[in-house]
Amino acid sequence: MNLLAAERIKLFSTRSPWWCTAVAIALVVGGMALLAASAPADIGPIPTWVTSQFLQFGMVVVMVMATVSVTTEYRFSTIRTTFQAVPNRTAALLAKTAVVGIVATIAGLVSAFGGWAMMALLRPDPALALTTDAQWRAIAGAGPAFLVAAVLAVAVGILVRQTAGAVALLLVWTLLVENLIRVIPDVGPLIYQWLPFTNIMNFLAGGSADVEEEVGVMALTPWASLAYVAALAGGLLVVAIVTANRRDA
Amino acid sequence: MIESVGLTKRYGATLAVDDLSFSVRSGTVTGFLGPNGAGKSTTMRMILGLDRPTAGEVRIGGKLYRELTHPLRTVGALLDAKWVHPNRSARSQLRWMARTNRLPEARVDEVLDIVGLTAVARQRAGTYSLGMSQRLGIAGALLGDPEVLLFDEPVNGLDPEGIHWIRRFMQQLAREGRTVFVSSHLLSEMALTATDLVVIGRGRLISQGPTAEFADSASGAVVQVRGPHLGELADVLRQAGLAVVDVPAEAALHVSGSSTEHVGEIAAANGLVLHELSRRGSSLEEAFMEITKQDVEYVTGATA
Repeated sequence: MNLLAAERIKLFSTRSPWWCTAVAIALVVGGMALLAASAPADIGPIPTWVTSQFLQFGMVVVMVMATVSVTTEYRFSTIRTTFQAVPNRTAALLAKTAVVGIVATIAGLVSAFGGWAMMALLRPDPALALTTDAQWRAIAGAGPAFLVAAVLAVAVGILVRQTAGAVALLLVWTLLVENLIRVIPDVGPLIYQWLPFTNIMNFLAGGSADVEEEVGVMALTPWASLAYVAALAGGLLVVAIVTANRRDA
Repeated sequence: MIESVGLTKRYGATLAVDDLSFSVRSGTVTGFLGPNGAGKSTTMRMILGLDRPTAGEVRIGGKLYRELTHPLRTVGALLDAKWVHPNRSARSQLRWMARTNRLPEARVDEVLDIVGLTAVARQRAGTYSLGMSQRLGIAGALLGDPEVLLFDEPVNGLDPEGIHWIRRFMQQLAREGRTVFVSSHLLSEMALTATDLVVIGRGRLISQGPTAEFADSASGAVVQVRGPHLGELADVLRQAGLAVVDVPAEAALHVSGSSTEHVGEIAAANGLVLHELSRRGSSLEEAFMEITKQDVEYVTGATA
């Protein structure tokens, strides 16, 4: 508990985590508001899973916050003070992951429900009701989706240690590489099914006919996708913590 | 209190610390002396468990650093005053450190008061001068009221007032019965604060012992003699069993392990005229440079 409290003080005693979280939420909520306000009336009901398109931008910002919370510790050598105060590096890094993960989960839930509320407000529409499992998943699923994304980002931060490198890697991977792999002839679509962010999106929006038309039928069901990415994130975190234990701080 | 046995650290092809064994006694200020790049900081990081030794180990009160529960309560350290997030306030920095070791929040205000940072405690640490950062680092070191304190080059870059403050502070810590291990590349600085010295060069131990002893043996006072018959004089002094070094630059002889009286009597007995007969004590600083230079030469010769 003390380690969690210490990491909480660390995270919130600088301004950038506040800004990142606020920007993430604003992106999703603002984006949804814009969509709801500008979509022509004759387009018909807007499906709930549309939120996932905006959630991914918010998620990228939250991932930047998560990875930077680690890399700044290396940048300013406060990681040394951390390991000096807590020689059990595994405990120290797990505490940090937990705190960042909780913040990411909250950011995910607030932005998804905020975006949905904005939509419901501007386009009162029975299609927006949270009735089916898929609709709930598209909104409440943002919590676990942001959590696994943040854990992945923390692990990358521990491994890369440099802000520019870690942020560039995450941005290029999420916004570019996964989409490029998809267009590789023959093998692309096969590999694509197993990429982490594709699976996070499949968890949020998968199972609907519209999405399948766009990305093709995924190998995993939405919930299996979440379990798969969670395992990936956990695995990468284990690798990162083992590495941090072996390295000189 | 601090016991290093065969401590070795290798970075690639460089041997930063080489089979270093020393001990730091409880309740003393022990100086850790060596030229820049001698491996002092690396050794300090290994004591704190930040860097892993390639071989050997270092124990504090019989325990490895990672075996200490709530280590800040046993060992306080200031290795680098710049190890703070510039956008975090001094108070927040100390608050999170206190939480990790279950220290009460009131202790944060106490140490801020001890180092005189209370008024600026809520300012971002990035706005601090070096002297203020140093004080923040010391506050962090004192947080757990530890028995052992490590300081790495604490006076580096400080103004005279800051140096004076740190010096008095370390002496006070020692008076309180704490063990202080402080590194420096300045022997004169250590002569003022440390009762014991651990001297290293190129990662190897050169000497360990009381500061006064080191200063005596290192200062290597010589008798300087000048006169018109230096050649003959050197011969008779050598016959008397003294070590004589010819110093052409000063047109003089340097006789070590003797006194002006003794040299003067030998010269008189042989009827040799002297123009100068004086005692030359090399400064501590020169002696230290001499000693570490030898070590450097020795190491280079051995690896070449």
